[in-house]
Amino acid sequence: MLEIKNLHARIAEDETEILRGIDLTVKAGEVHAIMGPNGSGKSTLSYILAGKDDYEVTEGEILFNGENMLDMEPDERAAAGMFLAFQYPIEIPGVATMEFLKTALNAQRKARGEEALSIPDFMKMVKSKAADLNVTMDMLKRPLNVGFSGGEKKRSEILQMALLEPKLCVLDETDSGLDIDALRIVSEGVNKLRSPERAMVVITHYQRLLDHIVPDVVHVLSKGKIVKTGDKDLALELEKNGYADFVNAA
Amino acid sequence: MPAVQETIDQVKAIDVDQYKYGFVTDIESEKGAKGLSEETVRFLSAKKNEPEWMTEWRLDALRRFKQMAEPDWARVSYPKIDFDALYYWASPKSVEGPKSLDEVDPELLATYEKLGIPLAEQEILAGVEPKNRVAVDAVFDSVSVVTTFKEELKKAGVIFCSISEALREYPDLVKKYLGSVVPVTDNYYATLNSAVFSDGSFVYIPEGVRCPMELSTYFRINEQNTGQFERTLIIADKGSYVSYLEGCTAPQRDENQLHAAVVELVALDDAEIKYSTVQNWFPGDKEGKGGIYNFVTKRGDCRGKNSKISWTQVETGSAITWKYPSCILRGDNSRGEFYSIAVSNGFQQIDSGTKMIHLGKNTSSRIISKGISAGKSSNTYRGLVSAHRKASQARNFTQCDSLLIGQDCGAHTVPYIESKNASAQFEHEATTSKISDDQMFYCLQRGLSEEEAVALIVNGFVKDVIQQLPMEFAVEAQKLISISLEGSVG
Repeated sequence: MLEIKNLHARIAEDETEILRGIDLTVKAGEVHAIMGPNGSGKSTLSYILAGKDDYEVTEGEILFNGENMLDMEPDERAAAGMFLAFQYPIEIPGVATMEFLKTALNAQRKARGEEALSIPDFMKMVKSKAADLNVTMDMLKRPLNVGFSGGEKKRSEILQMALLEPKLCVLDETDSGLDIDALRIVSEGVNKLRSPERAMVVITHYQRLLDHIVPDVVHVLSKGKIVKTGDKDLALELEKNGYADFVNAA
Repeated sequence: MPAVQETIDQVKAIDVDQYKYGFVTDIESEKGAKGLSEETVRFLSAKKNEPEWMTEWRLDALRRFKQMAEPDWARVSYPKIDFDALYYWASPKSVEGPKSLDEVDPELLATYEKLGIPLAEQEILAGVEPKNRVAVDAVFDSVSVVTTFKEELKKAGVIFCSISEALREYPDLVKKYLGSVVPVTDNYYATLNSAVFSDGSFVYIPEGVRCPMELSTYFRINEQNTGQFERTLIIADKGSYVSYLEGCTAPQRDENQLHAAVVELVALDDAEIKYSTVQNWFPGDKEGKGGIYNFVTKRGDCRGKNSKISWTQVETGSAITWKYPSCILRGDNSRGEFYSIAVSNGFQQIDSGTKMIHLGKNTSSRIISKGISAGKSSNTYRGLVSAHRKASQARNFTQCDSLLIGQDCGAHTVPYIESKNASAQFEHEATTSKISDDQMFYCLQRGLSEEEAVALIVNGFVKDVIQQLPMEFAVEAQKLISISLEGSVG
């Protein structure tokens, strides 16, 4: 599904090098967790996957289902099935959440040459998926992310993910800003989307998210490189000993 | 949201220069009255068979105009206008004043069809009323070519006709109200208009009547080197209600064309007038060449108690816009509203806003202005809210929001607030924002294209005002705004 080979990248504006040779392969059906201390390049990796133009890839490649992802525009990547759940979802004043969902879904369908969804079909779909995530009708009528609490923002991200049915889901610190109940609801929403056809990359600081979303593989990222790969027990080990060992090793 | 999608489709169907009303109608036209002189005024007045007092009124305005200086306080710049190089009269040859639909030149009908203006009066079939019927007064260059649904409106007692016809048929009404809201010497352009106005619409809603359909005037400038000076007068008698829409377009020409209109509204006791404008004059090309100079004086007088006047405007066209639709809140408990979306792109310059003059007791007003600037344009909100000594308990709420797209445009807000009464309560809120890269990236990540993302964000920004427009106008306006901003994100 996703193949990252020797990826080097820097901030376009000041040429600060962030990623220094990342190799990562994620197969369909797998959930990979990427952990690492602040400033290790986790969020940068997620932005580069989504195509944010603040970053420059200087070396290496990214293949998404065999296609060169770096040649694709952000909206083309989205239509091809790449979804990024943002750490800090963006506010869009005046645009009802419902309206945004519909516009996004139909834009992707159109890009794939599919018919736009009829309003009744769309409503039915949203209602059932919103209920799973405890997203109320009232919230769907409010402008996207404007005045949403931390938990509402993250639930809205996962609702979008559920609706758009992407092939590759990248979750950037989805656990930040969540209380225990919200963490459970969000994690259940994510787990429901696990499927043999779908791959997930879960980026987090903390092991606690991985109690809920249990990964197949755990990677440790430090100073722009993956320094250790293991199974879910690696996360527990990190929780106990901290990142210090790995950071020093790198 | 279908409007967004339609917008995109429409944008894509348009050529490099996005203005889609830029075609010229090939029609034999009579042009006269070149240069600003007494002869011109007499010629115009004679053309229209006006009564003697009207001719004198015009000549008086001309004399006063000659003594006035062009105002320079607005944040717009343009070369001096040579009023003697302009034609003050242009009329399609076939038109001899408004007549019935089947007599109108097919070339003209085709023009309006191309512009999307329905001139045909839909028949009432088997007692089923067609939805959204709108009566239209179509003004082409200097003359009104047709007014639809006149007969049906007459049954309700509503007078809707061109101002030229009104001068002949209802001289007393015109004489009583013309210039009573915007005096002849109100300002430079209003005085010019008073001297040489050609045509426009006249509406009278009798006491207690709720106008049975939307009224609208559609202005089209076709001829070269011709100024359009229309004059609109709307009177809502006691307890009546009318909703009026105005639309404007012009062909794409290299030289600038002048449009200096005056609109006067009078609302008597308990009457309400809702006036909506979608202004889409040719804005000039990508290099800033050509386009309409739009100098307009619009004012409503809430003359009676409990009366209400509401202005809603969507301004996307013109090279220069100089326009301040205002309300004089004379009657006690009267209310004025101003909702505006002003979009500037390319080299457009907009200096627009409103005046709310509180004279009566318990008067209230509300101003919501949304300015969107893109390209190398300049967009200024200029507004005055004032309470006079006797205006006890006057209230105003003003909200001015500006949205900037790109690096080279400017937005300015110039509010004037004066209160001579201690019990007045005025509130002013203003914000300036940009479409952020983060918003764009977020939308793109969800699969929207750049155009779709801008359309969505801008439609969200102007939502409060769009909601004030009549339904079918709202969708049009949304499309128009997005088209005007096409190419602004790069």
